[in-house]
Amino acid sequence: MWKTILRRFLVMIPQLFILSLIVFIMAKQMPGDPFTGLITPETDANRIAELREEAGLNDPIVVQYYNWISGVVQGDLGKSYTYKRSVSSIIGERAYNTFLLSLLSAILVYLIAIPLGVLAGRYQNSFLDKSIVLYSFLSYAIPTFVLSLIFLFLFGYQFEWFPTSGTVDVSLEPGTMDYYWSKFYHILLPSITFALLGTTSIIQYLRTEIIDASGQDYVKTARSKGIPMRKVYSRHIFRNSLLPIAAFFGFTITGLLGGSIFIETVFGYPGMGQLFVQSIQSRDYSVITALVMLFGFLTLLGSLLSDIIMSIVDPRIRID
Amino acid sequence: MSGANELLEIKNLSTSFRIKDDFFPAVDDVSLTLKKNEILAIVGESGCGKSTLATSIVGLHNPNNTKVTGEINYKGKNLVTMTDEQFNNVRGADIGFIFQDPLSALNPLMKIEQQIEESLIYHTKLAKAERQARVLQLLEQVGIPNPPRVAQQFPHQLSGGMRQRVMIAIALACKPPIIIADEPTTALDVTIQAQILDLLKELQAETESGIILITHDLGVVAEVADRVAVMYAGQVIEEAPVVELFRNPKHPYTRSLLNSIPQMNSEGDKLNVIHGIVPSLKNLPRTGCRFSPRIPWIDRATHEDNPTLHEVAPDHFVRCTCWKTFHFEDEGGSVQ
Repeated sequence: MWKTILRRFLVMIPQLFILSLIVFIMAKQMPGDPFTGLITPETDANRIAELREEAGLNDPIVVQYYNWISGVVQGDLGKSYTYKRSVSSIIGERAYNTFLLSLLSAILVYLIAIPLGVLAGRYQNSFLDKSIVLYSFLSYAIPTFVLSLIFLFLFGYQFEWFPTSGTVDVSLEPGTMDYYWSKFYHILLPSITFALLGTTSIIQYLRTEIIDASGQDYVKTARSKGIPMRKVYSRHIFRNSLLPIAAFFGFTITGLLGGSIFIETVFGYPGMGQLFVQSIQSRDYSVITALVMLFGFLTLLGSLLSDIIMSIVDPRIRID
Repeated sequence: MSGANELLEIKNLSTSFRIKDDFFPAVDDVSLTLKKNEILAIVGESGCGKSTLATSIVGLHNPNNTKVTGEINYKGKNLVTMTDEQFNNVRGADIGFIFQDPLSALNPLMKIEQQIEESLIYHTKLAKAERQARVLQLLEQVGIPNPPRVAQQFPHQLSGGMRQRVMIAIALACKPPIIIADEPTTALDVTIQAQILDLLKELQAETESGIILITHDLGVVAEVADRVAVMYAGQVIEEAPVVELFRNPKHPYTRSLLNSIPQMNSEGDKLNVIHGIVPSLKNLPRTGCRFSPRIPWIDRATHEDNPTLHEVAPDHFVRCTCWKTFHFEDEGGSVQ
């Protein structure tokens, strides 16, 4: 197994290299550069030109790429043009925020989707099933930013139940109980919004799997042993139905750092998604490329994790 | 037909499936009795209702599209009218079930030990260690080499024959007096088939249980059965002790079946087949002899209008009267 994991990591190197080329070139193709945003009627054109020269933006693209990638290989992701700080420290902060938000969202997604999927499959074609399927289609059809805005307006501004932006109440002392509670309070509404909309695939998969598994021969065997229906569901049908969900679980784990562009932007939550949008808007090349590389790496890692998880939960699958 | 030896009495059992809004009987008014210490074979073509009969006995039908009427009497109780919870006390404990395809009938995610142990959990008061000991004993009993190792394996790690042995161990776990084997050898290759049949016979003799063996293979019947019921289109059309049935088959369908077995010494001859196909549930004639459309050369008048089972010899029952004048198509005149 360790050999496979090592091999998979080695394969990632050329994949990430190609990704880096594409990202770098595409980022550079965008009109403007990090200094375009600084130009005002009073700006000295020579000063801007100097800054560009200093930042190496006038070098041939091959040279620029070489300078950047040689830094990346040594673990130096460069400096943000906008924040004037190292990219890794910016991403570090944002990743922490996003991790909290995504973790709660993912927990809520599973808490909602698994019971609903099981119920829909078990009571197939009942009113309950139809309501759940309707919900799952509706949630799939509603754009994230629409529901986010509605919730923000209703529960944030109208009823004032939840804070409308930020990660924590700034007046609180870090490390206190109130501080952590405030953090939790800030991610609650965005998480709920995300979770309500993110359940579709799990519900649908689980429902189909439950229906499919219920008709399998091993379920008849279990019934023929005279064990209660409740146990037939929990021990036989449910466990087998979870396999496809487990296959996605690796992506869920690595996705915890990906963040959601819409949710974070609408709720003013400084996470990875918001950072990504902002860095594109300000042509902050080093941040854009670093983020895309990170997302690419997480996706590859997610698929590896999924394979490992599958080999753990399904005895028929083995990684040699 | 009654007595202390009687284990299970099936009386006027009908199992109907819903197609659109109508119910069509796949098992139609079947009455059978299983005695202690015997193997009762139920034979018939695909679609004759034999598997439906088997699953009806253990109540494994989907109540939404199936209707079961009649009586299945076991220890003075009628299984047909039981609730699912009541039935759970009978299934596994009093009736063991062996399925056709041992790969799909075993849960791929559970170890063999867990799968055998399961019915012990619900039907016995054995402690964990005792259950594990019983599992090993069962695996030994069904002829599995190295039981402790196999107990910790998953179904996909075993061969087809081994899986079927595990299946049998599951059925035997609580020492049920009745075992239903639904085509237990169909999914296996021929050498393994013989081993499994020998095993079933051995175990039956050991445990003195009654076995209902569902099969379409007359070779299997000849080898292991004590009594045979031949089913056609949902009905039992002939029932007799095994020797009597093979020596003295009466019903045209039984005779046609026996006639269509390939013979070793008739190489080069045309294989005898039965004309036509089993009528589908929807198109089945509900009156008259159901086999008559497949023997059109027989005079209609020889069939009964409402065929019933007649005892033609001790313990030998035949439905309809057409057997008296039946002859194969190429035989010309009557052989009787």
